[in-house]
Amino acid sequence: MATATTHSTGHSNGEVNYINEFKGLKSWLTSLDHKRIGLMYMISVLFFFLVGGIFAILLRLELFKPGAQFLTPDQYNQVMTYHGAIMVFMVIIPGIPAILGNFFLPIQIGAKDVAFPRLNLASWYIFMLGAFIAVATLFVGKVDTGWTFYTPYSIKTASAATMMVVAAFIMGMSSILTGLNFIVTVHKLRAPGMTMYRIPLFIWAIYSTAVLQILATPVLGITLMLLAMERTFGVGIFDPKLGGDPVLFQHFFWFYSHPAVYIMILPAMGVVSELIAAFSRKTIFGYTAIAYSSIGIAVVSFFVWGHHMFVSGQSEIAGIVFSFITMLVGVPTAIKMFNWLATLYKGNISFESPMLFALGFLFLFAIGGVTGIMLATIATDVHFHDTYFVVAHFHYVMVGGTLMALMGGFYYWFPKMFGKMYNETLARITFVLIFIGFNVTFFPQFILGAMGMPRRYFDYIPAYEYLNSISTVGSWLIASGFLLSLYVIVTGIRCGEKAPSNPWGAKTLEWQTSSPPPHMNFEVEPIVTAGPYEYK
Amino acid sequence: MSINSSDTNHSHSHDSHLAHHFKNAEHQFESAKQGIWLFMVTEILMFGGLFVGYSIFHAIYPKMFAEGASHLDWRLGFVNTLVLIFSSYTMAMSIHHLQKNEKSKAVLKLWLTVACGVIFMCIKAYEYSSKFHHGLFPGRYLDVAHVGAEAANLGMYYGFYFCMTGLHGIHVLIGMGLIVWLALRAQKGEFGENYFTPVEGVGIFWHIVDLIWIFLFPLLYLVG
Repeated sequence: MATATTHSTGHSNGEVNYINEFKGLKSWLTSLDHKRIGLMYMISVLFFFLVGGIFAILLRLELFKPGAQFLTPDQYNQVMTYHGAIMVFMVIIPGIPAILGNFFLPIQIGAKDVAFPRLNLASWYIFMLGAFIAVATLFVGKVDTGWTFYTPYSIKTASAATMMVVAAFIMGMSSILTGLNFIVTVHKLRAPGMTMYRIPLFIWAIYSTAVLQILATPVLGITLMLLAMERTFGVGIFDPKLGGDPVLFQHFFWFYSHPAVYIMILPAMGVVSELIAAFSRKTIFGYTAIAYSSIGIAVVSFFVWGHHMFVSGQSEIAGIVFSFITMLVGVPTAIKMFNWLATLYKGNISFESPMLFALGFLFLFAIGGVTGIMLATIATDVHFHDTYFVVAHFHYVMVGGTLMALMGGFYYWFPKMFGKMYNETLARITFVLIFIGFNVTFFPQFILGAMGMPRRYFDYIPAYEYLNSISTVGSWLIASGFLLSLYVIVTGIRCGEKAPSNPWGAKTLEWQTSSPPPHMNFEVEPIVTAGPYEYK
Repeated sequence: MSINSSDTNHSHSHDSHLAHHFKNAEHQFESAKQGIWLFMVTEILMFGGLFVGYSIFHAIYPKMFAEGASHLDWRLGFVNTLVLIFSSYTMAMSIHHLQKNEKSKAVLKLWLTVACGVIFMCIKAYEYSSKFHHGLFPGRYLDVAHVGAEAANLGMYYGFYFCMTGLHGIHVLIGMGLIVWLALRAQKGEFGENYFTPVEGVGIFWHIVDLIWIFLFPLLYLVG
């Protein structure tokens, strides 16, 4: 076990902590404490999640029946764009790294803070500036391009696409700075005895994510800048009329945005590793394999972007190569999957709500992964391309994967973050609502896609009505699940029971300090003498 | 506000620039340096996107790119290359002087670096205005009536020219602003052999900006 030489039992712990040490709104807005910045990210991300969720509900209500319900086709395009852009750029990408990573990365490696606390605060302000500009486009000229900003339409549309693109650029900068901060923190600030092979798997995942953020985001940055240039100065690089190539945009875009898919899912895998080890009370099976597979996924993710472009007119050879490399991503992913299952095997499993979400992750991510193989195969992809099959697939991976892990991680670390316990029964009910609602919403979309219903369309033929209605009903279940979890969180913070230092009996370092942790994380610098998961 | 100097966890005395979570000044310096290098990686990758686009279209339209380059004055570009290389030297020297606690020499070298930036930007401004004067605008704004029918497809080349040199120019301006800030701080005696991390960081940024120009110059001015 990771022995920390803290004497937290000795003195009256929990008296002064990072929440009550300084008071007033200004002390939060100028705080350099990574824990407070993590909470500030939490509030902003939850707010954007609510906004993006409202747009999602609007989409599903419009698609409840064939024909126009209450949106015009133009409004539908705008609602779809905002749902996608908000959920991707403001919820799923920053979600786990910016909230849980910020909060727990320094504590899990026994550091007092991240390497550059001021830069960390600046990242939050840059993120909020970008998010503010993105939301402000709603009042300037609504964007209708979809979150991918594909040329040539994005060059021609009269909406505020330039502004939205600048907003995404700014949020990308925030993502880069956070990643950079995490890498230096992991390299330079580990506690004595905390070797790279003793850092928790969540840190390995966040670290791999940070590498991706640094290597991929700048390419998206320049791509979006070129799109903005194209719209304002007509530079001609993506405009076929001037000799440019609109497909080049897709190459550039997916060279970032495919790795970005792993920026979304790798942190989730890290959270799940923590949850499975903690709630099986068992040493994690294949620590190094899980750690290296994170790096493996990060590396391979740079060579697979072409699978978004099977039908874009790229050469057949390119298609075959991209198809093959895409399937290679399945190898490190499967390594993780099997290691988690092997950890569960003969483990002393307890089904607390974080564990339920972790198991939900395994189930949903398996479905998302297997359908990913179907889409990686050129022959089947040509049929499924731009249908609801794709929509269902990426929702299973991104929502079923990332959001399940975010919820699980959130419940798991809630006692540490706030020093309170939440209502366990209600938390389990939120899992049931979200899990069932999720499958009711998105499973029918696989069938709809296989039947040929195209994505991004405002209307559909009556043959698709039955499954679409089921899907819309499912979206209400998900929404009620998330609203209930908001209630659980708020009542937990307001009037939950006081949490002990280590309610789950977990072994990683953050549980060795008091709940909530003091301003400097530990009373005495911890000295690490063993790996993170030595339960037996 | 989070730097709590009465922190009981530290037994050693506090350097005024040492943040609470680092062991010592050297530890902090190395971390800062790693951070700035990682940031430089992202800068290079961002320009990398432009370089990739440039090489793709250069391969497709070699004649257009050769013709575009022929409209640029390579002598001006060459002078600018020398100016930037010299400014890298003065930047490096300023750190050298700080390490020896030679404050006034370091300050002079920093202002010389800024002066080089000014010269670079003046030459750039002259080049831009003469291009505009001849109707050489990017993409669809190319003044075909002015440049003549034989040069009617230069729009894309100048799209790249203005994007690449423009983005580079913005970096030079940011660098100049940072160096002015350093020079003012150095004048007040804030840097010396014990603490020069900001100068080192900005120096690395400035060298990378120079390096990017050293790639831009042959690509834009000397092709064909």
